Amino acid sequence: MSRAPHESAALTGRERVPLTRPGWAAGERQEHRRPLPLVAAEAVARPEARRSGARLADRSRDWHRGGWPEPMAGLRERAAAIRRETLADLEGYLAALTERITEHGGTVHRAATAADAAAAVRRIAAGAGARLVVKSKSMVTEEIELNRALEADGVEVVETDLGEYIVQLGDERPSHIIAPAVHLGREDVADRFEALAGRRLDRDAAALASFARGRLREDFRRADMGVTGVNFAVAETGTLVTVTNEGNARMVTSQPRVHVAVMTLEKVIPRMADLGTLIPLLSYAGTRQPVTVYQSMVTGPRREGETDGPEELHVVILDNGRSRIARGKYAEVLACIRCGACQTACPVFRTLGGGHAYGATYGGPIGAVLSPLLGEHPADAGLPFLSSLCGACGDVCPVKIPLPDMLVDLRADHAERAAPAALAARAGWRAWAAAWSSGRGYALSVAAARLGSRLLPRRLLAALPGPQRRWARGRTLPDLREAGRFRRTLRALRPRREGPADRPEEVGP
Amino acid sequence: MSGAGEDAAPRTVALFASCAADLAAPGPALAALRVLAAAGLRVEVPEAQTCCGQVGLNSGHREPAKRLMRRWIEVFEPYDAVVGVSGSCVATVFHQFARVLDGEWRGRAERVAARTWEFTRFVHDRADGLDLELDTCVTWHDSCHMLRSLGEKSAPRQVLGRVRGLTLAEAADNEVCCGFGGTFALKYPELSCAMADGKLDDFAATRSGGRTPEQVVSADATCLLHLSLRAQARGLPLRTVHIAELLAAALPGGPRSLPADARDGAAT
Repeated sequence: MSRAPHESAALTGRERVPLTRPGWAAGERQEHRRPLPLVAAEAVARPEARRSGARLADRSRDWHRGGWPEPMAGLRERAAAIRRETLADLEGYLAALTERITEHGGTVHRAATAADAAAAVRRIAAGAGARLVVKSKSMVTEEIELNRALEADGVEVVETDLGEYIVQLGDERPSHIIAPAVHLGREDVADRFEALAGRRLDRDAAALASFARGRLREDFRRADMGVTGVNFAVAETGTLVTVTNEGNARMVTSQPRVHVAVMTLEKVIPRMADLGTLIPLLSYAGTRQPVTVYQSMVTGPRREGETDGPEELHVVILDNGRSRIARGKYAEVLACIRCGACQTACPVFRTLGGGHAYGATYGGPIGAVLSPLLGEHPADAGLPFLSSLCGACGDVCPVKIPLPDMLVDLRADHAERAAPAALAARAGWRAWAAAWSSGRGYALSVAAARLGSRLLPRRLLAALPGPQRRWARGRTLPDLREAGRFRRTLRALRPRREGPADRPEEVGP
Repeated sequence: MSGAGEDAAPRTVALFASCAADLAAPGPALAALRVLAAAGLRVEVPEAQTCCGQVGLNSGHREPAKRLMRRWIEVFEPYDAVVGVSGSCVATVFHQFARVLDGEWRGRAERVAARTWEFTRFVHDRADGLDLELDTCVTWHDSCHMLRSLGEKSAPRQVLGRVRGLTLAEAADNEVCCGFGGTFALKYPELSCAMADGKLDDFAATRSGGRTPEQVVSADATCLLHLSLRAQARGLPLRTVHIAELLAAALPGGPRSLPADARDGAAT
């Protein structure tokens, strides 16, 4: 973290804000991670998780019941098609986009890796002599850990999205793609702002927002460089589109001398007209708004005669494994428009109190699919198992990504690649399939279950190592003395048995 | 929906009981036999049936799961109609079989899936003449695969609506997962239990016209087992019943009152 004298007004007093988050929520992604089940258990036990889970559940109840109404259902079909059309010729659209941006006087930087992208932005900042950078909300800059990279060069970085600003003050990562501070309540925010200010504040929500606005306004004026993400990049016109509800992206793209837009390559869309489908759909899926309050469209740097806008426009296009993903069986995951609906709808995500416990840049169902594919960290390979496969994510996805099926398939990929330690488990499952492929093997395992439950009281079973002990963490064990009763009853219903063993049991009307 | 492609009314159906019936919850399958018989159907229970493979597939063990899927097809494809008492197992047959099986098995999977019905949907479409009466108030848990994979939201409510004397009290979060999720419940026990607790709180807060639901009804025995065993571990009173058991109890020959949850009596 930068210890340089504060350029930023918004961050003045930041050192007074106590860090209350657990290590796995820290701004910097952890290199050494404890096993996911341990982190999940810890996350679930936090009272904060219950509160944020309840907030998200209220939203999901209001938003997601009853499925997709018209005309949104039609828009969803169109958007799904547009996104797949784009993915089918990603490089073609990127070439067109690059050409248009360059024509308008912007500079395009292609980055193969997260480190390359961060390095590109550092070079731009150094070239511009930037000391203070204002940012609008961007997940890709989380992915490339841009703030750390710039801070290492002594550049101060200020998050100007209110939620991002709140989590930055507490040195946390965003806990939700579009609601980065959803894991915090108003009181938590008030505490954080009071610590920052070093005095009592009006704890009313509007007053707190006003406090942040005052602090940030000063930085918009002073910043040398603005960094934004990109919601959509229009190949046809070279226009970069950013949607916000606070207008901060407009400030970030119009006030500083230099604007750096960072995007992943699948953010490109074919035509300007596609925005008519995608913006309302993104707004609806993310927040149930008909349209976001602001849509900032940037087509090149400031031209002669224009009164605002940056002198330089740089667009950093990050790959980080996405070209590879686009060629594989999970290509559709790149259709994602980052609305966060799958996170809000996911009961696992909600019960964990948000996305921090996933440990990756992207949490929730989209993160559980995307993160292992990106290969950000070896532990991410286990994320597809952090799901009850309830399917809510697939239902709410505005571009129809089959997230539930992808979670199932990634589990299989994981098991196939698994380390020698997992070989025993694989052998076990093969033995299961072999036994249950024969009537005799099946009957034998049912009998064994029954015998085991008769010989060993449930309390003893719960103490013995094995899956049943994990079940017993919080639940009574099922009564397997019921095992076999079904077939026994059938036989009693129809005592007269003849013919081959596989003859069906019949029960007449 | 289930079996919608087949218009001829089947007179004989094969009961797909699921491995849960053999291991831990025989009640729903036995009750389904009574309900289907009362509807005038001849029910066969293929003795060779074992498991649809869902638990293996969802645990990441695709090949072993496919072996059981192929066996399931062999066992059930001779029948004109198959009725399954587990929503998630039927959803596996419907959605996953054709998706993960290869070659000729894919076509065979699609053909047998087109003749396979989830029990509640079957009763809704093909057994509307049942005389059902039960004086009770219940709440319905939309189990995930029943709701999202099979799309069954209205059939269970309409079937419950045919039971004279029954009041349905809808829970606010009736579409939210109970946290079972197969081996998810073992991999993430605390998370899974916290999800179940959300459901238990929701059930406890459910009312309809001043009545409190006596039982939680669903089309998946494993979800109900998860919820009731969580409630038991916490010492909470929760009674659960599979819809087949509820309907069997509501038949003229049935007790016309709901049995206590079998698991309550079996607590040690």
